[in-house]
Amino acid sequence: MIAAEFDFAYLMQQIVSGLAAGGIYALLALALVIIHRSTGVINFAQGEMATLSAYICWALIASHGWAYWPAFVATLVLSFAGGIAVHRVVIRPVEGGSVLRIVIVTIGLLIAINGFVIWQWSGEPQQLESPFGTNVVTIGDVVVLSHYIGTIAVAVAIVLLLWLLFRFTKVGLALRAAAVNPDEARLVGVRVTWMLALGWGLAATLGAVAGVMTAPIVGLDPNMMAAVLIYAFAAAVLGGIDSPMGAVVGGLLLGVILSLLTYMSQYGAFDWYSEELSLPIALLVILVVLLVKPSGLFGKPEVKRV
Amino acid sequence: MSPRTQRTIGFVAFAGLVALVVVLPSFVSDFKAQQYAYVAIYLIALLGLNILTGYTGQISLGHGAFMAIGGYTTAILMAGNEPSLACSACDGPIGGGLKDVWTLPIAAVVAGLVGLAFGLPALRLSGLYLALATFAVAVAFPSAVKRFEGFTGGGQGINLSEEPELTGVSGVTILGKSLTFYEWLYYLSWSIALVAFAVAWLVVRGRAGRAFRAVRDSETAAVSSGVSLARYKTLAFGISAAYAGLAGGLFAIANTFVNPDTFPIALSIFLLIGIVVGGLGGLSGLVFGAIFIAFLPQWAQGQDLGALLPNFLVQGGDIGGWFFKGTGAPGGPAIVYGVVLILLMFVLPNGVGGLFRRAGQVISRRRPSRGG
Repeated sequence: MIAAEFDFAYLMQQIVSGLAAGGIYALLALALVIIHRSTGVINFAQGEMATLSAYICWALIASHGWAYWPAFVATLVLSFAGGIAVHRVVIRPVEGGSVLRIVIVTIGLLIAINGFVIWQWSGEPQQLESPFGTNVVTIGDVVVLSHYIGTIAVAVAIVLLLWLLFRFTKVGLALRAAAVNPDEARLVGVRVTWMLALGWGLAATLGAVAGVMTAPIVGLDPNMMAAVLIYAFAAAVLGGIDSPMGAVVGGLLLGVILSLLTYMSQYGAFDWYSEELSLPIALLVILVVLLVKPSGLFGKPEVKRV
Repeated sequence: MSPRTQRTIGFVAFAGLVALVVVLPSFVSDFKAQQYAYVAIYLIALLGLNILTGYTGQISLGHGAFMAIGGYTTAILMAGNEPSLACSACDGPIGGGLKDVWTLPIAAVVAGLVGLAFGLPALRLSGLYLALATFAVAVAFPSAVKRFEGFTGGGQGINLSEEPELTGVSGVTILGKSLTFYEWLYYLSWSIALVAFAVAWLVVRGRAGRAFRAVRDSETAAVSSGVSLARYKTLAFGISAAYAGLAGGLFAIANTFVNPDTFPIALSIFLLIGIVVGGLGGLSGLVFGAIFIAFLPQWAQGQDLGALLPNFLVQGGDIGGWFFKGTGAPGGPAIVYGVVLILLMFVLPNGVGGLFRRAGQVISRRRPSRGG
């Protein structure tokens, strides 16, 4: 790369696209956190569930002629129901046993859903349009794709809604209670298993939004969420695996860091850097953070009673 | 069942396994012999991973990387970094030319040392944080391999079949008996696997094994009983990585070729599947775990999803016909694989090893016990 002159507008562009990618990581990371709080595992199938949702949205638009927003809403509803179904049918039978057993079940789910998507819609990449069009938005000197702005807006809106749900509604309180202390929650009349199922439904819905927002950027493809899931996992761990706040901050931080790495390498700052190193470097950064702060940025250190 | 009868049964079963390993090649084709060699290689890796995850309770999502370290050690020691396969300017310190079998101990030691070194920082992490850290290693490894091209051959990898005098590619003669490459591979991997099995058994039943289990069950309790967490967690990492390195070296020999894609991230996941299917915290079940990860993908490949579903779902009916595609569509095998894996977790909560233990309990309960 030839070292170019410093360009403030370009830097801002990179930051905005980093925030958009980070918003997607944050949504998926939130989904992981919600499931981890309730079920105690990382849902490895989260990315594939999101891919399936994106395909459903695409199929409704492309093969059934729906308009974008109705298809979007229908996808969210279907994903919510699907998440609940996954919990009831696949996860409940193995709950309470070894954590690794649940992990393997989610891996089985990952493989099966991935196979299903290829089976149903073939492995060929498809194009899911962005609801925000392909225009560019100009703010001062800074030119940004409207899809990035839209993605950031959607992510912020969803996080806000989720916060309202958890903070101010009775269902939200019950959800938190079921996750933090299932036994006592049951004693005060919370229907814990349904709350856990609801958590899976919410996570699937968040994943659906992430999937639908990712597809216009990377192209709709059966494996499109694989890398995103790793970033989301990293973001969730960086923020502290049980902290929703941490997931959001971790996701945005990761998106911006990766984007800045690309930016700086274009100025010849790191001539050893190449795009394929972004994943290892992101993970390395996170490792260093974890070694200093083993329970993540926002996580609480585990206290054990003997 | 008293520990003594239990041990006797164990010995008998092990002897049976040895006998089976010895006679099996007379009954199977050359191609199958190669596949069974892979079962032995997976078994070695699973033994190592189970010492770390099943016995010590430390989840590793990156054992494929330790296998890769072993595989590359073997490959580099055998082929060296000749100018033809890397870059013409590099003159590495290693000339290669070591015979395949002799590279294996070195592969195990190198991977074991890396494991020990990795175990130290890993002490600060537990649970999912450790899982992510190990996963990071597995993800980063291919990039590292491509980065140090002069040493590893970069993306092109290292081809081992170009040195026929170092490998058994063109057949081997041992004790006057001539073997094809696959037969040689089979006997080599299984003899190593059986020794590795015996060593693992000695490790987990001894002092170290007790300490591992104490750490797994409760770190606090282990520390209060005088078990050094740092020492035993690092030790578990080292042993486990050495096993993985050994398996990786064998894998390279069996594959006659290594490149970054030889040890993909999925390999780490498959190893984890293998120990859970085989049974965490047990050794005998791992044979089935190894068979599972070696053969299930192929078995699933051979299954026709259309044939597994009821007829009316595939052909008849608008909904069924639309939803369930006909026969042989791509992606079907993956669906079968995933569903089988999930069902297996339903019916075998503690893996095949757990099934063995339960069978043992049922048998011992039926027999009247002497002396209460």
